[in-house]
Amino acid sequence: MNGTALSPSIPALRAEFGAAVERHLVSCGDSIVYVSRERSHDVLAWLRDTASERFDYLTDITAVEYRDPERPLEVVYQLRSLPRKADLRVKVALDQAGPLEVRSVWDLWRGADWLEREVYDMFGVTFPGHPDLRRILMWETYSEGYPLRKAFPLRGHFSRAEQTRQALAGNPEAHYSLEELSIADAFHELPAEMRERLQRGERGYLR
Amino acid sequence: MGLSNPATENRADELTTVSAMSPNWITSRLDFLTNWARANSLWPMPFGTACCAIEYMATAASRFDIARFGMERQSFSPRQADVLICAGRLPFKLAPVIRRIWDQMPQPKWSISMGACASSGGIFDNYSMVQGIDTIIPVDVYVPGCPPRPEGLMYGILLLQKKIRGETLADESLREETLVGPSGLFLPPERVDELSEPFGNSVHQTRSA
Repeated sequence: MNGTALSPSIPALRAEFGAAVERHLVSCGDSIVYVSRERSHDVLAWLRDTASERFDYLTDITAVEYRDPERPLEVVYQLRSLPRKADLRVKVALDQAGPLEVRSVWDLWRGADWLEREVYDMFGVTFPGHPDLRRILMWETYSEGYPLRKAFPLRGHFSRAEQTRQALAGNPEAHYSLEELSIADAFHELPAEMRERLQRGERGYLR
Repeated sequence: MGLSNPATENRADELTTVSAMSPNWITSRLDFLTNWARANSLWPMPFGTACCAIEYMATAASRFDIARFGMERQSFSPRQADVLICAGRLPFKLAPVIRRIWDQMPQPKWSISMGACASSGGIFDNYSMVQGIDTIIPVDVYVPGCPPRPEGLMYGILLLQKKIRGETLADESLREETLVGPSGLFLPPERVDELSEPFGNSVHQTRSA
């Protein structure tokens, strides 16, 4: 990056998407652009596929919640163009009152799979279109909420005794779905819905 | 004791006295022998989750070399292990795993809680971390430090050996498995809750507002 210059992708985005590009800024040499929730998937697809942009590598997806409860929660996409050696940060602001929901970019970058699961696990943002949206860091039966939200107490909602009791009652294998364990062995014991998803080849191929 | 005293060998009452005392003598020596064997051939089951595991590896490697204390064989199977060494922090997600490993270890078995996080949760007083592995498994020796140096762990091992030498076969309670009580815990729930003192565990306590 050359100093504090604005990424040329942002004027191009404004020309292409108009009002869907909300605002932009340059912070520490990085260009940041806010786009509307409704058009975020279109914008990201355009950034990936347009010959002049070619953001072919999704570095990270994460989210930010600010202390000010009035401020929206932001989902952050950090993009990288490997051929152009250029970076762009795209943010989607989600109003705390509205649904915390952004369309999944799994169909654009397969690497979004676990990144979106992490954002879902820690912030509770859901990603319609994601093939397998479930917790990834916390175990799947974790029921205390979303740990990185500001309203989440540092020690969790449950008492230490309750947390310890649940941990002791836990089944070590239950942290992982059957999809991740010996899937071929367990195939006929899977719920019908999961079997169907597997047969569609959504999570690899199994006959 | 194999020598017989010609002056007393034909005296029936003396023999009776000796045979009445013999079990005491034998039990004591058997204790010494088993404890000597157990203390000097501890097979460790490393449960390394964090930086303490690096120090554990240094302890096991040639410079410090816990083989000198009879820990020649690192047991990566709980079924052939004597002492579980939890080296590092234990998240709630891993708690059922260490419990399963502990349950798979045959008696006699001991455990060492290595480092501040394993012993008390350390700096990780948060939603995801067990506040001391003694809420999950029984612990024999706590090694303080963040992480403890190899000398610290070796001192803990020596303490454990000393503890083993003091055990007796007659005390079967030493070999009893601790099972989860009706509350679903090993410790009284109030004691587990106290682990989050002095701040208490409150839904209002966020530390971020």
